[in-house]
Amino acid sequence: MNAQRIYIYKRYERFWHWSQAALIITMMITGFEVHGSYELLGFGRAVNIHTLAAWTLLTLWAFTIFWQFTTGEWRQYLPSLKNVVAMVSYYTIGIFRDVPHPFRKTPGQKHNPLQRLAYLALLAFISPLIWISGLLYLFYGDWGVLGLNQYLSLEGVAVAHTVGAFMMTAFFFIHVYLTTTGHTIFAHIKAMISGWEEVDDHR
Amino acid sequence: MTGPEVTQACLSCHNKAGHQVMKSIHWTWETTSPTTGKKLGKQHAANNFCGSIVSNEPRCTSCHAGYGWTDKDYDFSKQENVDCLACHDTTGTYKKIATDAGHPLYEPREMPKGSGKMVQPPDLTKIAQHVGKPGRENCGACHFNGGGGDAVKHGDLDTSLLKPSRELDVHMASDGANMACADCHTFNEHQPSGSRYAATSKDPHGLDLPKDDHNRATCESCHGVTPHDEARLNRHADKVACQTCHIPEFARGGIATKMLWDWSTAGKRGADGKPLFIKDDHGHLSYSAEKGDFEYGENVRPSYKWYNGVVNQIAITDTIDDSTVLELNRVEGSAKDPNARIWPFKVMHGKQPYDTVNKTLVVNHVYGDDDTSFWTNFDYEKSIKAGMDTAGLPYSGQFGFIETRMNWFITHMVAPKEKAVQCQECHTRATDGRLNEITDIYLPGRDRNAWVDIAGSLLIAGSIGTGLIHGLVRIITRRRRHAK
Repeated sequence: MNAQRIYIYKRYERFWHWSQAALIITMMITGFEVHGSYELLGFGRAVNIHTLAAWTLLTLWAFTIFWQFTTGEWRQYLPSLKNVVAMVSYYTIGIFRDVPHPFRKTPGQKHNPLQRLAYLALLAFISPLIWISGLLYLFYGDWGVLGLNQYLSLEGVAVAHTVGAFMMTAFFFIHVYLTTTGHTIFAHIKAMISGWEEVDDHR
Repeated sequence: MTGPEVTQACLSCHNKAGHQVMKSIHWTWETTSPTTGKKLGKQHAANNFCGSIVSNEPRCTSCHAGYGWTDKDYDFSKQENVDCLACHDTTGTYKKIATDAGHPLYEPREMPKGSGKMVQPPDLTKIAQHVGKPGRENCGACHFNGGGGDAVKHGDLDTSLLKPSRELDVHMASDGANMACADCHTFNEHQPSGSRYAATSKDPHGLDLPKDDHNRATCESCHGVTPHDEARLNRHADKVACQTCHIPEFARGGIATKMLWDWSTAGKRGADGKPLFIKDDHGHLSYSAEKGDFEYGENVRPSYKWYNGVVNQIAITDTIDDSTVLELNRVEGSAKDPNARIWPFKVMHGKQPYDTVNKTLVVNHVYGDDDTSFWTNFDYEKSIKAGMDTAGLPYSGQFGFIETRMNWFITHMVAPKEKAVQCQECHTRATDGRLNEITDIYLPGRDRNAWVDIAGSLLIAGSIGTGLIHGLVRIITRRRRHAK
């Protein structure tokens, strides 16, 4: 098997990915404490850290959105149904039979079709759910001033935020597991650290 | 010299003071609730401690800001009967004795009777020459001893506040703000501010500035409406009273407060035929033939209730519902009420006599040397009849005992900020969370949607499980291929 090294993840992208990962892990841990699932840091500290992490991530996103559009990288998230079936068949059958990965990463196409769909769902559904409910939650004390009291209940907002949190956490575990499906277990993670991906030269 | 003679001397210069005091609740023991319009005050409101003033005057009125209220026909119009010294003595030697209708001793007296101990009367001339602003001792002489003894009634007011540590009371400690009662309970023409019948649930006015009404009996009067550095804490103040976080426990000064008073068991005699008195391990009376069973508490966590400024106080003459526990002063409010905040209370448990036919509480004649008083003869038949006759109230002659509850606002004994209640004491799923009685709000950290939690947990478990199984199958299939 010949392997070719290609530079896939740029420096800003890697910085964004890992700092976002750290912030999301922080928010999962503190968030479920605020939810009452366990006691770790104490409710007050958990709330403060959760809030700080949220603002930090929003700031990071502001820069990242700018980066996505100035570099054109946003196109990486455009979905396509082409080859989705091939991807599903690879993950459910091919991967156990040493069938080569049906998708070949290039700097222009970093995400396989299934990944594109998953990230789009994340961006279009889970993210808005979490951010809108989270910001409303954060500004609960100002609902009166904003005239939102009659439309919202704290319970509704909190439950919506919790639903988003559960989906995000499920996504996180699947995402982490799928990093092990490269040609070695840590291949994808190494690539996300160094930027260089080793790509099979099968076809 | 007598008390009224001292007062006449005071009035010769302070010629308006007498009439000012005579308008105050300290003199009238009567007030109209500004929220319910009901006539209240000690003369009318029912409690589950001693009971009623009527027929027991010379004992109860030892705390009247006046002299000579010996029976229900007291003349409230005589200004020379105003007691100036009770509030303005600065020597600490002026004492209204317990049984003389507000008078101090004028002659040496053996107290208690038969003890051989002679108590000397205070030197009224010297006291009159040393008058000043009311201090803690003046207010405390009555307010620390409400209900017949130190700490009995309020739970947040007792003699430990005379010299409190900073931990006990950050406002009154000598190494704290070292304030006196009247610094907050400001007086205007001898009218005190602050009320138990209509405590201010929320004070949006905030700081009490010199141009304002000089009513400082709220936290906000000095601390304003946004006292915290953290905005999140300030926002809590919309729904949570300051006291709820800043008074984690009451009766913290080492003196126990009464938590339960059961009159129904009173009157028992011991084997020797004498009235029975039992003390517990701490030296507190746990049973008194005169009063029944008692329970006490120290360092007690308050109960929490919504309160919007309206107290529904039962009067002795009200018709009551005896099918359930009777709440003598229900506080109104709910999560939806913009004026309501969550307040801390000492909930006093009582069991007290009532008229089972007319469905009213009763006046019980407990104090006096006559044949009908309960503390002399231990006979409810006689003592209730005598009390109701004296009060001129209808009485069927049939009595029973009803369980009662009474809410006492916890607002004193404010702890230093580092001892304030911590977030997770309310924001917790623990069964002993502080706000577990407040069920009409969504409390983060305590409340959740059980279905969402079940579905969400399954989703997470499923995603982890899928990864594990998928990975396991990968390992197994790879081994098989390598084995070939």
